[in-house]
Amino acid sequence: MTMDKSPQIDSHEKEVKVTLRIKRYNPEVDTRPRFQVYEVMLKPGDRVLDALHAVKWKLDGTLSFRRSCAHGVCGSDAMVINGENKLACVNLIRNVGTDLTIEPIRGLPVIKDLVVDMEPFFAQYRSVLPYLIANDDPGYKERLQSQDDRERYDDTTKCILCACCTTSCPVYWANDEYVGPAAIVNAHRFIFDSRDQAASERLDILNQKSGVWRCRTSFNCTEACPRGISVTKTIEEVKRAILYDRV
Amino acid sequence: MKVHYHSYDAVIVGAGGAGLRAAIEVAGKVKTAVITKLYPTRSHTGAAQGGMCAALANVEEDYWEWHAFDTVKGSDYLGDQDAIDIMCREAIDAVIDLEHFGMAFSRTPEGRIDQRRFGGHTRNHGEAPVRRSCYAADRTGHMILQTLYQQCVAREVNFFNEFQVFDIIFDESDGERRVSGVVAYELATGDIHVFATKGVLFATGGFGKMFKISSNAHTLTGDGPGLLFRKNIPMEDLEFYQFHPTGIYGFGILLSEAARGEGGILRNVHGERFMERVAPTVKDLAPRDMVARAIHAEIREGRGAGPDKDYVYLDLTHLPPEQIDAKLPDITDFARTYLGIEPKQQPIPIQPTAHYAMGGIPTNVEGEVIGDSNGTIIRGLYAAGECACVSVHGANRLGTNSLLDIVVFGKRGGHSMANYVSQTDHIDLRRGVEQDVLDRISAIKSATGGNKVSDIRTELQLTMTDNASVVRTAESLDAAITTINRLKEEYNNIHIDDKGEVFNYDLVEAMELGHLLDLAEAFVIGAQARKESRGAHWRDDYPTRDDANWMKHTLAYRDADGQVRLEYKDVISGRYEPMERKY
Repeated sequence: MTMDKSPQIDSHEKEVKVTLRIKRYNPEVDTRPRFQVYEVMLKPGDRVLDALHAVKWKLDGTLSFRRSCAHGVCGSDAMVINGENKLACVNLIRNVGTDLTIEPIRGLPVIKDLVVDMEPFFAQYRSVLPYLIANDDPGYKERLQSQDDRERYDDTTKCILCACCTTSCPVYWANDEYVGPAAIVNAHRFIFDSRDQAASERLDILNQKSGVWRCRTSFNCTEACPRGISVTKTIEEVKRAILYDRV
Repeated sequence: MKVHYHSYDAVIVGAGGAGLRAAIEVAGKVKTAVITKLYPTRSHTGAAQGGMCAALANVEEDYWEWHAFDTVKGSDYLGDQDAIDIMCREAIDAVIDLEHFGMAFSRTPEGRIDQRRFGGHTRNHGEAPVRRSCYAADRTGHMILQTLYQQCVAREVNFFNEFQVFDIIFDESDGERRVSGVVAYELATGDIHVFATKGVLFATGGFGKMFKISSNAHTLTGDGPGLLFRKNIPMEDLEFYQFHPTGIYGFGILLSEAARGEGGILRNVHGERFMERVAPTVKDLAPRDMVARAIHAEIREGRGAGPDKDYVYLDLTHLPPEQIDAKLPDITDFARTYLGIEPKQQPIPIQPTAHYAMGGIPTNVEGEVIGDSNGTIIRGLYAAGECACVSVHGANRLGTNSLLDIVVFGKRGGHSMANYVSQTDHIDLRRGVEQDVLDRISAIKSATGGNKVSDIRTELQLTMTDNASVVRTAESLDAAITTINRLKEEYNNIHIDDKGEVFNYDLVEAMELGHLLDLAEAFVIGAQARKESRGAHWRDDYPTRDDANWMKHTLAYRDADGQVRLEYKDVISGRYEPMERKY
């Protein structure tokens, strides 16, 4: 093949000034959150996470935020970037702009700066029995599953538990009893897995008043999901499964 | 800063694949705590993509002995063959176990677990690539991590999330070293937690953050090995570090070998498929050390692409778009996100990226940590996964064998720890075992040196990527060690901004940097001493393998005066005799 049309990556891209307005809160000092503004130089191809690191490593080591993999698979660095829930590591400066307002995700208690208390989120996840329940003994061999049956729950296996969906949900902001989209996604993962035998238990859990009926179909969750999961559709499928006993 | 006290039978440090698999084995049998600096699902197992090899023979003829042969050959005959046999034999049950745990494997039309080709995995001792890798699209590690975590939720495993272990306590009252506890730091509060325990299993992952271009998470800083290294536990084969051929140019983000398993081709600036020259039989599916070196050679000889001629291309454009969407959805998204490239139409700029530590904490096949070259077992101490060195990977790990390693040896380590702690008594912890950690924390917080942690780390990463990567020479390694020595001095004169108690990552990063520096030093000293080329350790000044003098494992010790001392131990041989490695 010819390489004439092959991409040329400019490693000498000029740096641009990026202004970050970050919502800060230090429980040991502050009585209320405050915004602090930082300016750093970055390449347009750098990530928002790189901008946060530039602040932390060059200007102000007291800034706290979670991060790990830096490419959108671990789910650590969900935050509100210019009003929308995003992962800082999968958004480039080129795409989000050079004026950034960064806040912690909403609906979970802020502990420090961009770090929120994830425990309520994981408790809701655990409440839907998010694991395979199958009482038959398959013996010393794999269970069979057709490609169609595998495809049926493929979308929801992508969840990385970053909480972008749940903390973008207006119902969740108003009512933290609501189990939230991420927990429903992870229930769906097993309800629609042909190997699982506990769909009715999970549907009973999600039929309670803290369950799927709290959803008002705002689609915020679907827009927020960095893994491209059709979260709202997932919730609708669970609702129908409850109503029509159809899995 | 408060100090809390806990008592457990067993403690697992780290909650990636190896730690979670061990937890499944231990929880329910003995009182267990899993201590992890991240939420378990944030662990880097989740970033593994391509698959996990096991000779299921679901799609074509295969035997675990063929898998073992490939692994031995891939290891460039530095792998221990007893351990490799166990891993490849138990691989089959390990995959079945995962399936029973609910793992969402991709399936064949008959509904069986699907399998695909992977680098270095061949039929009948090297004849041709074989379909051996069990996978779930290109997110196999994510699925394994989720599945193992789900099983831990089902078993109500006791997690201490966002707790970082800063010290391990040994008891030597009966003349023999025995584990008696760990000291952990709670990120949310800054409090110290002392865990009295009879057994500790380290599963803390790798230390890829000593390199600039790396596929590793920011949190992969060698905490487990670093901590034990300071406690006179030797580190095995640190100089053997894998560079994955296909990292996204400039970022180092992993693009799975599965891309080549599915038919992807590496090309230089002229469009030439250069792997045909290097490995005529398996071509682009040669093992990673050979492919990374081939890329390095293309770039060095001026056949790289781009303004600096410093990358080559991974070409998927000839693959059917449906195949890309079904089998490689995530990695093609990475190319779109980070380079703005459409892989269905354009080849992807790539460069080798620091990926995996073959070396680490020496263990036997039961996961027990070996404290010296005589094989002395440290009672109560276990390790599994990337932080450990069994050694199943030797001088070069084959693709997919890391996911296999974590489930096989996570299970074995957990099993033997559960047995040991149920047959042994608790040792009373001395009063004040946490004092050393308290002192280190207060020393870092009160330090007023002129150096910044991030500057030292950046310089370490640069020198390691420039001088101790795919190709090394005496000169480059000397340059690396000179820089590391200076950085270690500078590390004694740091300051941090954050003096607080709550989520003080400034403090944590300073602690982590200490581990990276210590391990990098031992790594480079081991590489300087090893005057041969084997697997991932390539010396331009000694370009051949020297079995007579160097078919042995390195053991690096950190002596009381802080100096690194090297010893060696024999490779455990088996049915496969060393031969020239051709593909």
